[in-house]
Amino acid sequence: MVRRRFEIRTQPGFAFLALVTFFMLYLPIAVLVVYAFNASDSITIWGGLSLHWFRVAWNNSAVQDAAWRSLIIAVFAATFATITATMAALATTRTPPYPGLTFKYAFINQPLMVPEIVTAVALLIVFSRVKVWTGYSGLGYLIAAHTAFCIPFAYLPIRARLESMDLTLERAAADLYATPWMAFKRITLPLLRPGIIAGFMLAFVISLDDVVITEFVKSGGQDTLPTYMLGQIRRTVTPEVNAIATAFLALSVILVTAFFFINRQKN
Amino acid sequence: MPKPEEAEQKRVAVEARSIVKAFGQGSNAIRALDNVSVAIRENEFFTLLGPSGCGKTTLLRLIAGFEYPTEGAILLYGDDIAGLPPFKRPVNTVFQSYALFPHLTVSENVAFGLEMLGRSKDEIKSRVAAMLKLVHMEELGNRRTDQISGGQAQRVALARALAPGPKVLLLDEPLSALDYKLRKEMQIELKRMQSETGITFIFVTHDQEEALTMSDRIAVMSKGRILQVGSPWDIYDKPADRFVADFIGETNFLTAAVVDIANSRATVRLSSGKEIPATVAEGMQPKHEATIVVRPEHARAVKKGGQLSGTVENVVYFGTDTHIHIRLEDGSPFTVRQQNARSEFCGFEIGDPAGIEIAADAAQVLRD
Ligand SMILES: Nc1ncnc2c1ncn2[C@@H]1O[C@H](COP(=O)(O)OP(=O)(O)O)[C@@H](O)[C@H]1O
Ligand SMILES: [Mg+2]
Repeated sequence: MVRRRFEIRTQPGFAFLALVTFFMLYLPIAVLVVYAFNASDSITIWGGLSLHWFRVAWNNSAVQDAAWRSLIIAVFAATFATITATMAALATTRTPPYPGLTFKYAFINQPLMVPEIVTAVALLIVFSRVKVWTGYSGLGYLIAAHTAFCIPFAYLPIRARLESMDLTLERAAADLYATPWMAFKRITLPLLRPGIIAGFMLAFVISLDDVVITEFVKSGGQDTLPTYMLGQIRRTVTPEVNAIATAFLALSVILVTAFFFINRQKN
Repeated sequence: MPKPEEAEQKRVAVEARSIVKAFGQGSNAIRALDNVSVAIRENEFFTLLGPSGCGKTTLLRLIAGFEYPTEGAILLYGDDIAGLPPFKRPVNTVFQSYALFPHLTVSENVAFGLEMLGRSKDEIKSRVAAMLKLVHMEELGNRRTDQISGGQAQRVALARALAPGPKVLLLDEPLSALDYKLRKEMQIELKRMQSETGITFIFVTHDQEEALTMSDRIAVMSKGRILQVGSPWDIYDKPADRFVADFIGETNFLTAAVVDIANSRATVRLSSGKEIPATVAEGMQPKHEATIVVRPEHARAVKKGGQLSGTVENVVYFGTDTHIHIRLEDGSPFTVRQQNARSEFCGFEIGDPAGIEIAADAAQVLRD
């Protein structure tokens, strides 16, 4: 008698459950995307295919303004987070294990574990003080806040890459008269590049997407795309929001696909 | 092989003085090297030989600068370099895993050390070409390192380490990943490169045959200590202790009584009561009871006579020679290796009584 291995895939009802799950996950998104191309003013009544709402969103100066702000914050926050994460990853992998190292891992990844609302409230309190002291109320606060919660996302792929890298290569560079800086520049950094790019893109997407912390930290007139959409939905709901969300979705899909592609190219 | 007097005149390139290397702290510390002292001469093909885990790589890494000694000094032409980082030591390494830079081409790999030394573009170009020629890789300079075979990667690793013209080249089991035929080829190539470049080679292997065929001198290591340093001939024919005798080639151990000793010669009485001459390591004080060794090829099985006698237990034919395993009268085993002549059997069968004739000067008294 041939005994079949237990496989979850072949269990009765599994396929059905999987289908329902996918359906529930993607159906709302599909509806959102479809209605972005709606010609009518309603988000529930179909009035024919059109790019009307994309045009409206594109020409809306408030959307332009929020989109620019989102991009600026994401670029700066992802850059700072990636630099910090690279240094943190080097410091935590290029050293023999010592007591307290695990604690440091936990510390670096802390933003993943602390509820976002807690960080948001804490930052609101601290930044409101700082605003009073310094009189400065620019984008710096948002960039700083985004950098903080982006660091663990940038850190993870960079550390994974470093851990899979052969330490002997750096030793070989040192053996061939490369100072530690030259060995880093000529050997470690080029080999680390895919990890750094992946980390940057992940951080970028996370920053673009943030609502909670941004909502708490932003000053008046500092809407990002997500907080702008939130504000819109509170008032009147038009398919313009669908159009913005769809464009947003497209950008994220492109970035995340590129992220997987670069990660796959590892060796 | 240089005569001893000649060798003595050569300068010492690398010297390890009372090196101790401990890993870990307190009671779980491992002594990877335990008071190792050795002097390696200029332009020598020097081999560190020993079983896995005996500390060969550790000693090499201390010379390269990847580790620092717990105690002791490492001298390069008389200067203590034990505290210098690897990039300040005029010493290069061929890594066991080759460690070629995967994002650089073959030529760029070979050029790396020269670039770091700040050599001019022209000099680098001609030097890289010369190195690729030395290792027969002229055609493949533009290949990526994942587009070459294991044997070729080995050659690139060699060229890369030789390019900056190091004072000493360190090779950590460089041939162990190659198949048999390629390994034999590279053994000859390595010897050629060493004599062409005149660079001191410190070569690590656990393969005693490789060590015997390639080296000018060999240091036999065990458990973090150097047991004996000498020419292949010294190591094979005059092993200082049981470990060396056992690790290098096949050998027969016999217990004997030392009857007389003068200079480095002794007379020993075998278990059969017969007395034979034996050599003794310098400065050694043999006890009354001692272990002596006789190589299988330095003894003959005879029908009558001989200094020992026993019964044939097994006869193994090897083509070029035959091994006759004999159980001596005192119960210990003894193997004799005899060259085969054409159309002539060795003349012994299992169960036959046999005498053993030990060649003059074949016996060596061991330390311990
Ligand atoms: N970095 C290290 N940490 C702890 N123990 C080590 C380290 N490197 C080597 N050892 C130990 O030192 C001993 C000698 O190792 P090694 O020099 O690599 O031996 P070999 O090259 O002769 O096989 C081994 O017992 C090994 O486990
Ligand atoms: Mg080793």
